[in-house]
Amino acid sequence: MRLWAAVLAVTVANWLLKASGPLVLGHRRLPRAARRVVALVAPVLLAGLIVIELAGPDWDGLDWRQIAGVAAAGVGRVALRMPMLVAVLFGAAVTAGLRLL
Amino acid sequence: MTTRESFVEGMRAAVGPSAATFVLGVSFGAAAATAGWGVAVPLFFSAFAFSGSAQFSLLTTFETGSAFAAVTSAVLINARYLVMGVALNDSLHGSRASRALQAQALVDASFVVAHRGDGRFDIARLVGATVPQWFCWLVGTAIGLVLQPDATLLDKLGADVIFPAFFLLLVLDEVRSPRAAIAALCGAAIAGGLLLVTEPGYALLAATAGAFVGVLPDRTDR
Repeated sequence: MRLWAAVLAVTVANWLLKASGPLVLGHRRLPRAARRVVALVAPVLLAGLIVIELAGPDWDGLDWRQIAGVAAAGVGRVALRMPMLVAVLFGAAVTAGLRLL
Repeated sequence: MTTRESFVEGMRAAVGPSAATFVLGVSFGAAAATAGWGVAVPLFFSAFAFSGSAQFSLLTTFETGSAFAAVTSAVLINARYLVMGVALNDSLHGSRASRALQAQALVDASFVVAHRGDGRFDIARLVGATVPQWFCWLVGTAIGLVLQPDATLLDKLGADVIFPAFFLLLVLDEVRSPRAAIAALCGAAIAGGLLLVTEPGYALLAATAGAFVGVLPDRTDR
């Protein structure tokens, strides 16, 4: 019962967090300066996610083979013009190969 | 582009994150089974909360301390949705309730896939990107609960590369100006620094402060 209550609480809070924009702001548009900030949220969030995915909690998750795979995906996309999914699979294959060595 | 075309485009763009979400879902299901959560609770949680960070957070903290602290931590870890929800608001359509419902499609990868530049978002693309990820998360949880696979097997296959590689490719597309590059570097530095002292969810929330580079005036303001 305690577990169900906790799961329900987190679920409802998650719904409210996602709905916070429309619930609080309604149809009001953001001022220009705020829109400029908002336009940068996506690249900032992405950069943070990359660091967190690669470093892990307390930077304990650093693995050069994972970093090499991610870098290979970037090279595949930019230098070799691979489609996005192919580049990601190429990166995963590089890491899997390095882990086999 | 029609709504239907945007939706399909979103689904296509989400193939990579969906694969990664499936793997994470399997991990969550297996971890929940090991923690003795049964079958119904993890499936309900994945179907209705659909949040890897909050779900893993509750799973790892629930048995170690007070339920209140565990719930608070799992909620705060997703506080970035406040920022993302505000960012999304100008692009939503319809009544307040309808807009709140559309915002439920908000997850990290879909938010970025739906970004059309200059703070505008394509909502059909957002929903299209979220649907396959939700499905993969739920099916992954179910498979993890049943099979409880060895986590090291997924690592051996390089599955841990999928999410960061996908995010790297997206950031290469997103960084179209020096201002965006500076903001992204600030976000990365904040996240990296805070990882040393706090949990990843909080570090990510703080990283969004990098977007305040946007308050600096640019040449077009003169």
